[in-house]
Amino acid sequence: MLKTSNGIQKSSREDRFQGHDYYNIDQLLSEEHLLARDAVRDWVKQEVSPVIEQYAEKAECPQHLFKGLSEIGAFGPSLPTKYGGGGMDEIAYGVIMQELERGDSGIRSMASVQGSLVMYPIYRFGSEEQRMKYLPKLGSGEFIGCFGLTEPDHGSNPAGMVTHYTEDGDDIILNGAKMWITNSPIADLAVVWAKGPDGIVRGIIVEKEMKGFSAPEIHGKWSLRASITGELVFEDVRVPKTNILPNVQGMKGPLSCLSKARYGIAWGAIGAAMDCYDSALRYSQERIQFGKPIGQFQLTQKKLAEMITEITKAQLLAWRLGTLANEGKATPAQISMAKRNNVNMALEIAREARQIHGGMGITNEYPIMRHMMNLETVLTYEGTHDIHLLITGMDVTGFNAFA
Amino acid sequence: MKFLVCISKTPETTSKIAFSADNTQFDTSGIQYIMNPYDEWFALVRALELKEAHGGTVTAINVGPASNDTVIRKALAIGADDAVRINAEPESAMYVAKQIAEHAKDGGYDAIFLGKETIDYNGAEIGAMLAEYLDLPFVSFASHMDLDGGVATIKRDIEGGVEILEVNTPLVISAAKGLAEQRIPNMRGIMMAKRKPLNVVEPVGFDDPCHVVGYELPPAKAAVKMLDPEDMDELVRLLHEEAKVI
Ligand SMILES: Cc1cc2nc3c(=O)[nH]c(=O)nc-3n(C[C@H](O)[C@H](O)[C@H](O)COP(=O)(O)OP(=O)(O)OC[C@H]3O[C@@H](n4cnc5c(N)ncnc54)[C@H](O)[C@@H]3O)c2cc1C
Repeated sequence: MLKTSNGIQKSSREDRFQGHDYYNIDQLLSEEHLLARDAVRDWVKQEVSPVIEQYAEKAECPQHLFKGLSEIGAFGPSLPTKYGGGGMDEIAYGVIMQELERGDSGIRSMASVQGSLVMYPIYRFGSEEQRMKYLPKLGSGEFIGCFGLTEPDHGSNPAGMVTHYTEDGDDIILNGAKMWITNSPIADLAVVWAKGPDGIVRGIIVEKEMKGFSAPEIHGKWSLRASITGELVFEDVRVPKTNILPNVQGMKGPLSCLSKARYGIAWGAIGAAMDCYDSALRYSQERIQFGKPIGQFQLTQKKLAEMITEITKAQLLAWRLGTLANEGKATPAQISMAKRNNVNMALEIAREARQIHGGMGITNEYPIMRHMMNLETVLTYEGTHDIHLLITGMDVTGFNAFA
Repeated sequence: MKFLVCISKTPETTSKIAFSADNTQFDTSGIQYIMNPYDEWFALVRALELKEAHGGTVTAINVGPASNDTVIRKALAIGADDAVRINAEPESAMYVAKQIAEHAKDGGYDAIFLGKETIDYNGAEIGAMLAEYLDLPFVSFASHMDLDGGVATIKRDIEGGVEILEVNTPLVISAAKGLAEQRIPNMRGIMMAKRKPLNVVEPVGFDDPCHVVGYELPPAKAAVKMLDPEDMDELVRLLHEEAKVI
């Protein structure tokens, strides 16, 4: 057993996960996609699975994995290589997220935030100087970033945000607070969305050392326990105007980042679902009751058959969405549908898989309960389950039912 | 220095093995393939480490059909500079050794690496045959190898101990656990692999003296028999008469 500095021991239990591909969807994937998927799967088995239960139990973030995530190339894989990305396509990004979330939603969140919510806006909306200053360091994991949109009183309604700034010569003075921010307590920089004197939302890069900026940790989470979450508090923080992202104004800035991250979550959820199904399928063959493997009972089969059916549907949805994304044609509403469907699918599979494992299902001997608890966050963040339904509702009826 | 690494494709370790055509062919339906772990984790990675230390190139070579390209591409993603695929079904160990020897004989390689065996047929034959065709020394089951000028220092695991050898290059070496550690390809490597050369060459004619005529699966495991824990006599009787182990 290997002991790391903080007393976390590598578990000797083998991660026996195998992927599931009922409809031969692998045949729709390129060599590059398959290599990327298998590489991340191997990395997760080697680096994540042996320690994740303990980190989750301790509610501690395995910060050493940032380095590994950057080395494998999980930060911004679809951004250009010049800026520290991988130059890959959207499906490659998707399968990477799938495999990370197969390990743990918190690990996938580390990569989603760094790649889609921090690197992507700096790449897409930043100046060339901003890109060169921050992106290579974010890509290599030297800098950790976070994304501040949600506020204590503005979650589903981010446009109502109160965080704002005034101008003072070459600087701005930032005030307000953000809530539920993944990675904030350990971040070197934050991409913060705030309203200017004109009331228009802009993106601002706030650096850790700036005076008046703090990021206290939020404790007591029963979900995403291996991911660190905090606040962002701004008390008259002086930020040079050159830290404002010059090329976007209004809510489409943060929303386009969220589209990227939600797209990744639509794939990620399949990973969590597959892990639960895989474990349940194996357990159903090994666990004997009434003299037979429980997989021989019809009710267990119903659960397993429905799980693989739902996983297969989710895979097809993600693959089609990925193909559209590669063509630059995936609409935000299409992404909403896939995020909502796939996360809910994963959560339901986690619950069913938990039942198949009986009492063992509630322990850390199996990944099920951890996935289930994590998925409660995934169902809510990046737009809640209900909000995504309203987006689809608005898209098909033309009526806005939000307010 | 020039290194050649022989890589092969094997069924994934959890595959269910079956045979078709009256037990004369391996049934490939539903089988997932991987690079033979001894080739990937130990042979290839040690060759890459030596290249990193001494400079040079690493070429991966495979005898197989186009469907093997994914496995070859993985070797390139891990770090091989280029690859050769000899476009033929790998019918037997001797056939494969002959084809690789044809490529290697004028290649000027300082060392030719391969895994100690494949995890499917476990033949462990190709290395020796290849060395014979090339008239080179062969060291099998190497768990350590260093190069200094034209001399390789090699440790090989033997029953209950370790043998330490010095061998002049060029040589053929088969890799056991310990020679190196698995390297997982990263996304940069995967993208670069797309642009690295994978040269497909046609096989040379070879009259293979060896042909597979059939396969047999091990006998299926019999059902577990539960005995009364008090009944030692019955246990001894069954072990003696049925299991025939005592
Ligand atoms: C662990 C974790 C990490 C997070 N990381 C980040 C991060 O890195 N950056 C960031 O900016 N945010 C982050 N979030 C915040 C997340 O995006 C918000 O929690 C989410 O948007 C919901 O906001 P809320 O919690 O304020 O819920 P609310 O908006 O208060 O919603 C409460 C309930 O009301 C429902 N509801 C709200 N409005 C409507 C309506 N119009 N019609 C019908 N129902 C409605 C919702 O669906 C929900 O069920 C994170 C959250 C968590 C839990």
